[in-house]
Amino acid sequence: MAFLHGVRRSVVMTGLAVAALSVSGIGASAQGGVVTVGSNYSDAVPKAAFQAALDYCATVTGDTYTVNTVDHGTFQDQINSYLQGTPDDVFTWFAGYRAKFFYDQGLASSVSDVWAEIESNYNPAFKSASTGNDGEQIFVPFYNYPWVVIYNKALWTEKNYAVPTDLASFSALATQMQADGLVPVAFADKDGWPAMGTFDILNMRVNGYDFHTGLMAGTEKWTDPKVTAVFEAWKTLLPVHQAGALGRTWQEAAQDMISGKAGMYFLGTFAGEQATPEQRGNLDFFAFPTLGTEFDAQLGIDAPIDGFMLSRAPKNPEGAKALLKCLSTGAAQNAFLAVSPNSVGAANDVDTSGYTPFQAKSAEIIASSGAIAQFLDRDTRPDFAGPNGMQGFLQSFLGEPEQDLAAFQQGIQDFWDTLPPQ
Amino acid sequence: MPPVSPILGGTGASASPGRRRRRYSTLTRVDRVILLGMVAIPTFLVVFFILLPTILSVVLSFTSWNGIGGIDRIKFNGLDNYVNLFTKYKPFWPAFTHNILWLAFFIFVATPIGLFLAVLLDKGIRGTRVYQSVLYMPVVLSLAIVGFIWQLQYSPDQGFLNNVLGTTSRDPGFIDWLGDKDINLWAVLVAASWRHIGYVMVLYLAGLKAVDPGLREAAQIDGANERQTFFRVVFPVLRPINVVVLVITVIESLRAFDIAYIINRGKNGLELLSILVTNNLIGEASLIGFGSSIAVILLLISLGPIVYFLVRSVREEAT
Repeated sequence: MAFLHGVRRSVVMTGLAVAALSVSGIGASAQGGVVTVGSNYSDAVPKAAFQAALDYCATVTGDTYTVNTVDHGTFQDQINSYLQGTPDDVFTWFAGYRAKFFYDQGLASSVSDVWAEIESNYNPAFKSASTGNDGEQIFVPFYNYPWVVIYNKALWTEKNYAVPTDLASFSALATQMQADGLVPVAFADKDGWPAMGTFDILNMRVNGYDFHTGLMAGTEKWTDPKVTAVFEAWKTLLPVHQAGALGRTWQEAAQDMISGKAGMYFLGTFAGEQATPEQRGNLDFFAFPTLGTEFDAQLGIDAPIDGFMLSRAPKNPEGAKALLKCLSTGAAQNAFLAVSPNSVGAANDVDTSGYTPFQAKSAEIIASSGAIAQFLDRDTRPDFAGPNGMQGFLQSFLGEPEQDLAAFQQGIQDFWDTLPPQ
Repeated sequence: MPPVSPILGGTGASASPGRRRRRYSTLTRVDRVILLGMVAIPTFLVVFFILLPTILSVVLSFTSWNGIGGIDRIKFNGLDNYVNLFTKYKPFWPAFTHNILWLAFFIFVATPIGLFLAVLLDKGIRGTRVYQSVLYMPVVLSLAIVGFIWQLQYSPDQGFLNNVLGTTSRDPGFIDWLGDKDINLWAVLVAASWRHIGYVMVLYLAGLKAVDPGLREAAQIDGANERQTFFRVVFPVLRPINVVVLVITVIESLRAFDIAYIINRGKNGLELLSILVTNNLIGEASLIGFGSSIAVILLLISLGPIVYFLVRSVREEAT
């Protein structure tokens, strides 16, 4: 089988060489063409997983894919000049406001024609997360993952802890953990962004999804008393969070939870990357508890979608769209997830039979939510979310939770107001 | 036009209007071309890579631009950037203060320690070469690595310091070296000094080696003790080195960047002007105009020491 596969690929490669030698503007008959892909899957596991997905698509489309992998953080920092220079045909990116921003700036192309064919394979929520301000589809979802409370199963069985569903049971559990000599909730925000997840979930629980998206889009004000309520709620939860969060990385906090020093940790399921393969099977998680508000039923959640966009002027648009179509299939997503089982496939026809219990639960929690947000830095304008803005503000709050919240919130709103209109 | 001496005439020749002088010149055609090149190439480099970008930065500081699209998308917005910078932009004043603190700490703490170590090592104590290598080691390391090493020392629960102190984040008296915004600047200054001290030490060591031993002997014959010899005789002789060290210290303080950037991208107590510039200029959506206005402030601050140094060196040349 592997041999046959190799033969097929070498045939494809020959075809590619011929195609490359012929006229470059090969047009619609892109059989055997080359499509370039800019990738930020720079860590070993996702990089290998993405290659597996592309290898699969190469067999489907007959095209050859040249991947240009750039370090995750660098890719984001340089996305601006990258897209304005000579970008690859297809590039990895994030759904939501963060995708719309670059489309609105004319740095990405519409993929509505691709969506016309793949629409039936996605839930409407994915479509709306992939739709730009002008109603065109601009993004193709690949996978997503939820932000949840992760815990060490062995520790919980040993101590006989039960999964809390509401604030009362959560607080009781935290008190019990303190009595047992544990840090109830591991916490880290040295990098500035992990605390955004806590803000998001509290805002969605306290004020609901619509207010949250309005706040992110700037139609609601940061000085609103509803925002004060979020920070007040956060303040009451801080005593059960790990102290010294601003000097700690999420990796260290995740290790504290995995090793059983801390009882639980609220983060994206990627926290599992910090576990060894043996430890990984020992991790389980649950949705953030409800707080007893009218928005409990929404079960709002951050479940960021990663996927692909089509660059401004792709050299091989037909091939690029064929690739996007392929990547939207369950088969391609399964090829990725087989190597990197940290997230769940976005398409409806993903084969979930091979899911680990961790993945199966992720899918279940996302499916049960009626209000899926992306993440603070994906839902609002990038210059507002960055180290200049919300990262610094949230750190200021965590450093001095007792500060004057009115002045603090005014500072955030002032910063928003100084940003140039988009 | 004052008369030009035949020897210096060559350098003035190109500017001199008198074509008749040419035959008195001792310069050949090749010399002229080389001279011209020696003037033109550096001038070109300075104009295109220093002056022009500087002027453009100043111009950009009066605009609003997100770095996307052509020149037509740059909008002038008057003094808005500066008004926001001074009144609304929270990290600015902390960054300004931190740069000053950084400078003061380097001048009054790190540099004297470097000088002290240089004097000690200059006495030819046993194993002086080993000490020199050990103390100079951090200078060879890139600041990125220095930053990484010190994060391992300062990390709240896994770090070396807190493990030695026996405290974890669960104890009430626990010190969050990098996360507490009243402490982390000092923690970073210690890390940066670790490197700066070695640098200063080597410069002074070279200077001390060059001091004429006869001066010390003379001082001792005159009855001066160690301390008097150093402060009254040796230190004043080191004047040229002192100026170099001072300039280096000022430059290092103004461009302080790496360690704080590596630790948390200059937030939460580690704001520095250079980092604010970077944070505004790079990233997914840049505020080019606003970032430029911070760069202009940094330029104005830098001009102080630069002008001082230039005036001094010009005056010294004149005497």
